[in-house]
Amino acid sequence: MQDLTFETMIAVFEEIFGRGLFWAMVAVAALVTLAYIYVLIRDRSVSWRKFLVAQLSMPVGAVAAVWFVMGMTHSHLSDLGGPIDVIVFLGVAVMGAIGMAILVYTVEALIGSDRTTGHE
Amino acid sequence: MDRRDFLTLMAAGGALAAAHPHPADAAKAQPVQTSARIVIIGAGAAGTALANRLVDRLEGAQITVIDPRKTHLYQPGLSLVATGLKPPSYVTSQTAHWLPKGIDWRAQKVAAVDPEAKTVATEGGETIAYDWLILAPGLTLDHGAIEGFSLDMVGENGIGALYTGPEYAARTWKAAQAFTETGGTGIFTRPETEMKCAGAPLKHTFLIDDIARRAGHSSKMNMVYAAPQDTLFGVPIVAEKVRMIFEDRGIEGRLGLTLKSIDSEAKRATFRDASGSAVEMGYDYLHVIPPQRAPDFIRQSGLSWADKWTDQGWVECDMQTLRHLRYPDIFALGDVAGVPKGKTAASVKWQVPVVEDHLIAAIQGREGQATYDGYTSCPMITRIGRAMLVEFDYHDNLVPSFPGIIAPLEELWISWLMKEVALKATYNAMLRGRA
Repeated sequence: MQDLTFETMIAVFEEIFGRGLFWAMVAVAALVTLAYIYVLIRDRSVSWRKFLVAQLSMPVGAVAAVWFVMGMTHSHLSDLGGPIDVIVFLGVAVMGAIGMAILVYTVEALIGSDRTTGHE
Repeated sequence: MDRRDFLTLMAAGGALAAAHPHPADAAKAQPVQTSARIVIIGAGAAGTALANRLVDRLEGAQITVIDPRKTHLYQPGLSLVATGLKPPSYVTSQTAHWLPKGIDWRAQKVAAVDPEAKTVATEGGETIAYDWLILAPGLTLDHGAIEGFSLDMVGENGIGALYTGPEYAARTWKAAQAFTETGGTGIFTRPETEMKCAGAPLKHTFLIDDIARRAGHSSKMNMVYAAPQDTLFGVPIVAEKVRMIFEDRGIEGRLGLTLKSIDSEAKRATFRDASGSAVEMGYDYLHVIPPQRAPDFIRQSGLSWADKWTDQGWVECDMQTLRHLRYPDIFALGDVAGVPKGKTAASVKWQVPVVEDHLIAAIQGREGQATYDGYTSCPMITRIGRAMLVEFDYHDNLVPSFPGIIAPLEELWISWLMKEVALKATYNAMLRGRA
């Protein structure tokens, strides 16, 4: 790679997913993040009750992310061949877990039950 | 973690996501005003990438691209098509889709270049004058050089030829797949000329071996890699690694053998060895890669080296600047350039900015600064799911992009991911002049 600038990365991601889908995904990620910040501000505290459910969803997110990447790239667990592979693999799992947790927390807070929206 | 920590974390994340995607725009130089006539022969990877970059850098230039091919080929994908991992459509797109607006595309074949009169003649009878000429027509596959071989054989009777194009790559998989199921002797060849992506013959060998192995047929396979060269790969440290993988997989490497003829009925191939004697081998699968040469018009127009690669005709140009040594208003790019190594899309990615720099400098009456040091890269697939990200230069040095992170001579999953996911995307970004 000649020069791995932020601009090049954006161009490459646009090509991987298609310009429309990529920016749609960025928009969704931004919206979820904003919604998350919104509920944090609205509720004025982190609800550990909501967080428990969100945490329980993390392994699901991790497995789903790994499964997606492996499936899309004709890969198997046995293909991990060195430390960097393990790091990338764990990185995929961690991103899936965190993404899922944020999503679940936000969805719960916005459209959840009385128990989870904090109206006790 | 309290609320403040959370908010700080989230605000930081949000700011990152909202960052402007084109921070370099502000720093971009003003377009150069010129009325220069620039002719680019070839709308492949090199010609298209350069055209897109020039359109951004120049204002008022008349840019003409000459290429009869309506279909653009993503050639790095052919290895994947020839092993059934991708459909033929994976490598094809429309030439028109990639070319910038505001240029003149002539869908014609070039007949001759007159470097003294500074004109290009097309087979359609047009004569196009230029101030600057970029030669990026690619190369030709000399199938006729292998006696008894014709393209209609590909896909039948155990014959493959993935270089010829998407349709032939798919037919190659048909023949190779039958071999992975029934077993026997597979012979994987390489031409004696310079060639596109010298890693591809090895990738095909490794992938077919892997597919047969996964199907549980490795005991029925006799894998032979036959190359005219005296080494398995042009870069010594990589050659040694390939030798070790061959030993591990039980692939026999036979050096000094050039494929000369095929008897497809009897399934026998004849090679010439280093001493000039004929060596005959029976096969159940034979992968043919024909000799590769510059297009005829290059040689006939007197643009080739007179004392190097005389049977191949690559353009006589400076190794560092790719500028023609006798005609300073001509540059060579990509496969046709008469430089060692460098017939890959990765080389093109590094060559295009160099030619862009020297061309624009010349238009402004300056000397260009950029140089090309032979960078080329080969994500050498060693099995489905693993590859080695081998990058090297003119001096046979390894030049890893991610030193200490992605080891060049290790078979890694991340290198496979790059080939599988990021390579085509990077290639497309390059075509658009953005990478």
